[in-house]
Amino acid sequence: MASVLSKILGAGVVIVAVGAAAAWFLTKPDPHPDSYWANLGTPDLAKGEQLFWAGGCASCHAATGASGDALKVMSGGRALPSPFGTFHIPNISPDPKAGIGGWTLAQFGNAMTRGVGPNGEHLYPSFPYGSYARLPAKDVNDLFGYLKTLPASQNIAPPHELGFPFNIRMAVGGWKFLYFNDQPRVQLASADDKLKRGQFLVEGPGHCGECHTPRDAMGGFLPGKWLAGGPNPEGKGTIPNITPGGDLGSWSEGDITNYLETGFTPDFDTAGGSMVEVQQNIAHLPKGDIEAIAAYLKAVPSVK
Amino acid sequence: MKFKLIGAAVAVLCLGMGAVTAQETPVAKREALMKGIGGSVAQLSGIAKGDKPFDAAVVKTALTTISTNIKAFPDLFPAGSEANSAAAPAIWENNTDFRAKAAKMGADADMVLASMPTDQAGVQKAMQTIGANCNACHQTYRLKK
Repeated sequence: MASVLSKILGAGVVIVAVGAAAAWFLTKPDPHPDSYWANLGTPDLAKGEQLFWAGGCASCHAATGASGDALKVMSGGRALPSPFGTFHIPNISPDPKAGIGGWTLAQFGNAMTRGVGPNGEHLYPSFPYGSYARLPAKDVNDLFGYLKTLPASQNIAPPHELGFPFNIRMAVGGWKFLYFNDQPRVQLASADDKLKRGQFLVEGPGHCGECHTPRDAMGGFLPGKWLAGGPNPEGKGTIPNITPGGDLGSWSEGDITNYLETGFTPDFDTAGGSMVEVQQNIAHLPKGDIEAIAAYLKAVPSVK
Repeated sequence: MKFKLIGAAVAVLCLGMGAVTAQETPVAKREALMKGIGGSVAQLSGIAKGDKPFDAAVVKTALTTISTNIKAFPDLFPAGSEANSAAAPAIWENNTDFRAKAAKMGADADMVLASMPTDQAGVQKAMQTIGANCNACHQTYRLKK
């Protein structure tokens, strides 16, 4: 009798252990191998700067209210409120202690494209690696090179304030298992080079979907709602639907381009809230890139 | 029966008042002022971009509307007028700064009026001076509805 019980218990322990091992395997941090980040050559700093503006690094990593040259000081320290708690944005300036001056390209690249921190830990997807995953290694190299040219800051941001279970980093592995990929967000009916460029900019560095796509309770994008807007995850108000079926339906490509260049809507309202900084970042891009973004936004599936 | 009549009368009265207040609420008034500013900026932008010819009278009217409307604007935010509007809570939490930003735009419009633009390039400069105020305030004080 005792032996039957112990057998059942033993089997139970084995099942739990196998389950845990499987869960670990499916959700462990998964960086690219070092070879992926090797032999990328000298970074193209001009391209790196364009990616810096396209990626909106300053909108989170510069100090609150920064403008002009202060936008290039990546001191961190802003608070990013969310339904899961408050994230405190880290310092990514070249300071070797407070910032990322001591990081290798592989460490930076795996943070950007795999959501894996310099010690092999999961990063929270408040850092939009779910979008940045679409950057090729060469772009990451250019951006890293550019970031290294910016001023160092010794500011150290406080730790994130997250409730249970979101304060358990391993749980991010489950989120990645469910939601993380580097595939196109939508299939375009036809895609010329301009549309492809727009798709890269919006889905990749621009990380537009991180705000403009509604999420489920666990923070994953709702299927079939790409760029369809919804409640503002950072607080009051709503995020507009920027598919052709939403607020941009009546805008021409030229209207969208003009808005991203100047901040004025076709009826001379302006950007508001966090979109003000986004628009000012995008305005640094070459006109061709802004037109590509506009073309892509007119081509994505319409969501009402 | 009497109660029904009274009820109907009250309902009609409420509807009537609703129709009146919809025109006169601070929200409707301040949104009308902003629409006026938007329309004026549109006029200036048309000239700045060269879509419309330079017209001193149009420029002067637009600048005057901007100046007048933005000066009246910050007085239209009584306590409790946040509902059903794009006004961010920061307007009431940080009212001194909100008023300072409106005053700055008024001063900028007056400055441009004092040395009226005389050509397209002048209007382009005026657009930069005045336009920067739009974003600067909307970033903090306007919510997307």
